[in-house]
Amino acid sequence: MPQDETMAVQQSSSTQSSDRVLLEVRGLKMWFPITQGLVLQRRVGDIRAVDGLDFSIRRGETLGLVGESGCGKSTTGRAILQLYRPTAGQVLFEGTDLTRLRGEALRRMRRRMQMIFQDPYASLNPRMTVGNIVGEPLEVHNIGKPEERRQRVQELLEVVGLNPYFVNRYPHEFSGGQRQRIGVARALAVNPDFIVCDEPISALDVSIQAQIINLLEELQDKFGLTYLFIAHDLSVVRHISDRVAVMYLGKIVELTTRDELYSNPLHPYTKALLSAVPIPDPVVEEKRQRIILEGDVPSPANPPSGCRFRTRCGLRMDICAEVEPEWRETAADHWVACHRV
Amino acid sequence: MERPAEASVAATPTLRVGPQRFRELGLMLQAFRRDPLAIASLVVIAVFVFGAIFAPVLTPYPRQGLGDPNILEKFRPPSLAHPLGTDNLGRDVLARILFGGRTSLSIGFLVVLIAVAIGAPLGAIAGYYGGWVDDVVMRVTDVFLAFPSLLLAMAIAGALGASFVHAMIAIALTWWPWYTRLVRAQTVSLRERYFIEAARSIGVRSPTIIVRHVLPNVFTPVLVQATMDLGSAILTGAAISFIGLGVRPPTAEWGTMISTGRIYFIERPWLAGSAGAAIFLVTLAFNLLGDAVRDAVDPRTRRAAE
Repeated sequence: MPQDETMAVQQSSSTQSSDRVLLEVRGLKMWFPITQGLVLQRRVGDIRAVDGLDFSIRRGETLGLVGESGCGKSTTGRAILQLYRPTAGQVLFEGTDLTRLRGEALRRMRRRMQMIFQDPYASLNPRMTVGNIVGEPLEVHNIGKPEERRQRVQELLEVVGLNPYFVNRYPHEFSGGQRQRIGVARALAVNPDFIVCDEPISALDVSIQAQIINLLEELQDKFGLTYLFIAHDLSVVRHISDRVAVMYLGKIVELTTRDELYSNPLHPYTKALLSAVPIPDPVVEEKRQRIILEGDVPSPANPPSGCRFRTRCGLRMDICAEVEPEWRETAADHWVACHRV
Repeated sequence: MERPAEASVAATPTLRVGPQRFRELGLMLQAFRRDPLAIASLVVIAVFVFGAIFAPVLTPYPRQGLGDPNILEKFRPPSLAHPLGTDNLGRDVLARILFGGRTSLSIGFLVVLIAVAIGAPLGAIAGYYGGWVDDVVMRVTDVFLAFPSLLLAMAIAGALGASFVHAMIAIALTWWPWYTRLVRAQTVSLRERYFIEAARSIGVRSPTIIVRHVLPNVFTPVLVQATMDLGSAILTGAAISFIGLGVRPPTAEWGTMISTGRIYFIERPWLAGSAGAAIFLVTLAFNLLGDAVRDAVDPRTRRAAE
C-alpha cells in the first residue's frame, strides 16, 4: 500500500537541506565497563557496544539500522533515547543535546520520542489493563483530564486497529500481533515526533509481520513520524526504510539511501550481507553468489585495530590493520568507511 | 478473539512470571479447593477469627474475658458451665481464650502488616535503584538479621516497656528485613524486563515505576511469605508476652495465659494447656495455609496436583 508514498518521501529526502534534520548523532559511544572484584570493583576493560557513530535522521524519514546480533543496534537506539547514558558523544534532537539533559528536563523531552519494543510479551505490564497501559504516557505528562484521556485511549486503540472496548482487558488476553499494536498505541499516545522501533516485528509470526509493518507505514503518513527502524531482516528494512545504515561491531560501515544501498553496496560487509538475501525470482536467484564470511565476530571488548571488519574481509590490505578507515561521503548521500572505496 | 489469545498464553512460558489476575486467581482457587489440608487450615483460622471478633457475644462471661476476677470460682475443672475450666482468678478459660485471640491474632496480623509495609518498599527501592542505595539498605537489613530475632525483639520490647503496641513494634522491627530481601531479589530481576524499560522511555518517574510497575508484580511471593509468617508472628508475640515483655494482665493473651498457667500445670493442666493448644492450632494452620498458597500460586506444583 504505502510503497509509492514512501518512495515519494524518499525522493524528496535526497533534496532535503540540513535544517530538516530532526536528530543528529555525533561521535556516539556507549561503553559498558567490565569490572572485577567483589567489594572494591576495578574497571578491567570495556565492552565497546557502540563506538563512535555519526549520522543524522531527517524529519519524516525512516532510517533503517541493520547488522547482525550483538553489533550494537539496540544499544544505539537506547543510547539515543537516553535509556542508557552514552559514554561520549552528542545526540542533538532539534538542536538540543539530549546527553546533557537530566531529570525533569529529560523526562519532558521523552514526550517527543518514544520506543516500540521487540518483545510484545515482555514490554507490557501484566498487571495493568490495556487502557492504563496506553493511557500511562498521557497521565505521566499531565495531558488532558481523566475523561479526555479515556477518550484518547479509545481513539488510539482504533487507530492501531484494535477494538476500543478492549480497554479493560489485560495483556495476556491478546495475541502477539495485538500486543504489538498495544505497544504501538502506547508509543503514539503523546504524539511523538520520533519513534525508535527496536526490531518491532522479529518476535511475531510471519503472517502478522506484514500487518505491523503496514500499520507503522500508515501511521507515519498520518502523523508525520520519524522512525529509527532497527532490524536484522534485510528485506523488511528494504521495504520500510528511506535510508539504511549498516552496522558492524559498534560502528556504522555504510549509510545511504535504500535504493543505492541495495543496487550499489560499497562496503564488503554490506555486500556480504546483501548476498545472503534470497531473491524472489528463480532465474536471478540461480545466479546469486553468496559471500560467506570467514570466522566469527570479534569481541567488542577487544576490537581489531584499524578497520574492525578486516579479520573477516576478503579484500583486506596491510593498511586495514593500521589505520581506521575514514567515515566519508563518496557520493551524494552515500557514506562509507573502507580503505578499498 | 478470546480463544486464540488463550492458546498463545499457554505457549508462552515467560507469561508465568507475572500472574494474570483473574484467570490465574481462578486456577489458584481450583488448586486450593483440591487441597484438604488447605481447607482444614482455613477452617481452623476462620473459627479463631470468628471467635475473636464475636467473643463478647459467644461467651456468657464477657466481663471475665476482659479481665474481671471472680475469685470464688477459681480453679474449677472443665464442666458444662466452664468447658475449659476457670483460672487462678476464677475467670472462664474459654472466654479468656476467645478474648486472647483478639490480642494474639491482632499482634500476628499487625506485625506482618507493618513488616511488609516497611520491608517491601525498601526492598523495591534497593533493587530498583541499585548502586549505593542498594548497598546501604541491604547492609542495614544485614545488621538486623545478624541478631537472633527473638533476642532482638526481647531487647527492643524490654527497652520500650511492656505493652501490646510495644511488643508489636518490637517484633515487626525484627521481621521487615526478610521482606526487604525477598522484594529486592524479585525487583532486581524485574528491573531488566522490557515493561520497566518501556515505562522509563515513556517518562514515568522512578517512584511511580516502583509503585505501579514493580510492587504489583512482587505481590505474589510477598503474599506467600506473609501467610507463612502470620503463624510465627503469633508465636513470637506469645513468647514475648510469656516472659512478661508483652501484653500486661488483665488483658487476655495466650502467651500470658501459659505464663500464669504453668505454675499450676501439674494439677490444673487446662489453664496452660488450652492457651498452648490455641497457639499450636493457629500457628500450624497458618503454616499449612502458607504452604498451600505457595503451591497454588506456583503453576508447576499446581499442575502436579491436578
